[in-house]
Amino acid sequence: MQTVIGQTNPVAIFFFLLFVAVTLAITYWAAKRTRTTKEFYAAGRSITGFQNGLALAGDYMSAASFLGIAGLVSTKGYDGLIYSVGWLVGWPIIMFLIAEPLRNLGKYTFADVVAYRLNQRPIRSAAALGSIITVLTYLTAQMVGAGTLIKLMFGLPYEVAVVIVGCLMIAYVLFGGMLATTWVQIIKAVLLLGGATLLVILTLAQFGFNYGELFSQAAQRYGDKFLEPGGLVTNPVDAFSLGLALMFGTAGLPHILMRFYTVPNAKEARKSVFYATGFIGYFYILTFTIGFGAAVLVGQDIIKGIDKGGNMAAPLLAEVLGGNIFLGFLAAVAFATILAVVAGLTLAGASALSHDLYVGVIRKGQSAEKEEVKVAKVATLILGITAIFLGIIFKGQNVAFMVGLAFAVAASANFPALFMSIVWKRFTTKGAVASILTGLVLATVLIILSPTVWVDVFKNPSPIFPLKNPGLISMAAAFIVGIAVSLATREPSAEAKFEEEKLRTYVGIGAE
Amino acid sequence: MSKKSAHEILEDEEFKSLSKQKDTVSLILTLLELFIYFGFISLIAFNKPFLASKLSGAITVGIPIGIGVIVLSWILTGIYVNWANKKYDPMVENVKNKIGG
Repeated sequence: MQTVIGQTNPVAIFFFLLFVAVTLAITYWAAKRTRTTKEFYAAGRSITGFQNGLALAGDYMSAASFLGIAGLVSTKGYDGLIYSVGWLVGWPIIMFLIAEPLRNLGKYTFADVVAYRLNQRPIRSAAALGSIITVLTYLTAQMVGAGTLIKLMFGLPYEVAVVIVGCLMIAYVLFGGMLATTWVQIIKAVLLLGGATLLVILTLAQFGFNYGELFSQAAQRYGDKFLEPGGLVTNPVDAFSLGLALMFGTAGLPHILMRFYTVPNAKEARKSVFYATGFIGYFYILTFTIGFGAAVLVGQDIIKGIDKGGNMAAPLLAEVLGGNIFLGFLAAVAFATILAVVAGLTLAGASALSHDLYVGVIRKGQSAEKEEVKVAKVATLILGITAIFLGIIFKGQNVAFMVGLAFAVAASANFPALFMSIVWKRFTTKGAVASILTGLVLATVLIILSPTVWVDVFKNPSPIFPLKNPGLISMAAAFIVGIAVSLATREPSAEAKFEEEKLRTYVGIGAE
Repeated sequence: MSKKSAHEILEDEEFKSLSKQKDTVSLILTLLELFIYFGFISLIAFNKPFLASKLSGAITVGIPIGIGVIVLSWILTGIYVNWANKKYDPMVENVKNKIGG
C-alpha cells in the first residue's frame, strides 16, 4: 500500500491546530480561576467523580500505550495482550488501598499523607525526591517518545516536536494550573476513546462484526502461534517482578495520586477510580482489536517497514479504513495524548518542588498563599525547560528502561511509605525516610545492573542483576527496612496522633 | 474536636465495626485482584499449552482469559463502590452524627 505517513498532512495539522486552539482557550478561561494554591494544585476541588475518572484515564493512557501496545499486538499477537493487562491491574489496588485515605488525609501531594503524623522536613525531602525522580524519568521517556512519534507521523524534525510539546505543556500548567490540565486530559480521553472506538467499528465491519473471523484470518496469515502466549513470559520470577512494579507503581505515581485532590470528597475519589478503571480497561481491549486488525488489514511487513517497533500500526490501519482524513484525525489525537500526559507529570513535579520542598522544607510550612503559587509557577517553568532539554539530550537513545524505572521507583519509594503511614501506628520518621531511600536507591541501582540497562543500553555481554525489573526486590526491601527501622526507633508524638489520623482516614473528619 | 472525643469515638463499637469492615473488604478485594493477575501470569509461565488450546475456530482459551482479567478487575472496583455506597457511607454518617451530637 501507499502511505502518506511521515509527510506533511494538512488534515492532521488542521485537527491539531483545532485542539491547540480549544485547549488554549480553556487555559485562558482557567487562568482567571487559578489564583490560590487550592486552585492551582487541585482545581479548587471542583471536579466531579465522573470528570476525574476521564481525566485520570487521560493522565494515564499515554501515546506509548496507544501506539505501542497496538503495535506490539500487531507484531507479536497475544503477547501484546499480556503486556497491556499489566498496565490495568494497579487501578483496583488504588481503589482498595489508597484513594479514599489519600483524599481524606492529604491536601495537594501524597507527601502530605506520609508527613501527616511524622516530622515534616525529613519526610517531605525524601518524598519529594521520590516524586521528582519518578516524574523526571517518566517525563523523559514521554518527551523522547513524543519527538520520535511526531517525527514519524508529521515528518517534523525531532527537536522541533519536543520544543512544541514542551511549550504547550508549560502554557497549560503555568497559566491554567490543575483546572486547565484536567480539561486537556478530559478532552484527550474523549478523543482517544472515541477515535479508538471508531477504528474498532470500522475494523470489525470488514469482518462482518465477527471477532472469530478476524482471529481466524490472523491465524491463517501468521499461524496459530499468533494467538498463543509466546516469548514474553519465559522467566516467572521476572514476570512477577515486573507485575509487582506495574501494579504497585501505578498506586505510587505522583501525577495520578495528585488527581484525587481535585474532587470534593472521598466518595467522589472512589467513584473516579471506578470510571477510570472502566475507561482504561475498555481502551486496552480496543487496542488489542486494533492490533489484530492492523496485522490482517495492513500487514506486518508494511507496519515493520515504517517503524520496526510497530508504533505506526494504528495510524496505518486508520489510513487503510478511513483514508487521509481519519489518519490525520488519529495523528492529532496521538499528539493530544502526549500533551495531556506530560502536562499532568509537569504539574505533579512542580507541586513536589513547591509544596513539599520549598514550602515544607525550606520555609518550614510558613509561606503565604501568593508566594506558594508564584513558586509553583517558577517550578513549572524550571521543570518544563528541564523536560525539553532531557528530551533533546536523550534523542535516539533507548529510553524504554525509564518507564520501567519510573514504575519501580513509584512502587518501591512512594507506595510502601504511603501505605505504611496510613495503616501502621508505629511507623516513624526514621522508618519512613529509610524506606523511601532504600526503595529509591535499590530500584535505580538494580535497574542499571539489570539486563534492561546493563545489556540493552550499555551493551555488556551479561547482566549483574538478573531481573529485568527490580520491583520484587526493591519493593520488598523498602517494606522490610521501613518496618525494621520503625521498630528500632520510637516516636511518641506520631503514635499519639494516630487516633486522630484514623478517624480522618475512615470517616473523613477534618478532611480538606 | 478535642483529643478525648477522638479517643471516645475510636472506642465506639460502631466505629470499630466500620473500620473493621472496611479493612476486611479492602483486604479481600486486594487479595482477589492479586490472585487474578498473578494467577494469569502463572498460567502463562507454567501452562502455556492450556492457554494455547482452541476454544472455537482460531480463538484460543488465552484470549477470553486475558480479556477476562481486565473485565474482572473493573468488576471488582464496581463491587467495592457498590459496597461503599450501600454499607459504608451510612455507617460513616452515623459516626459523624455522634461526633456532631
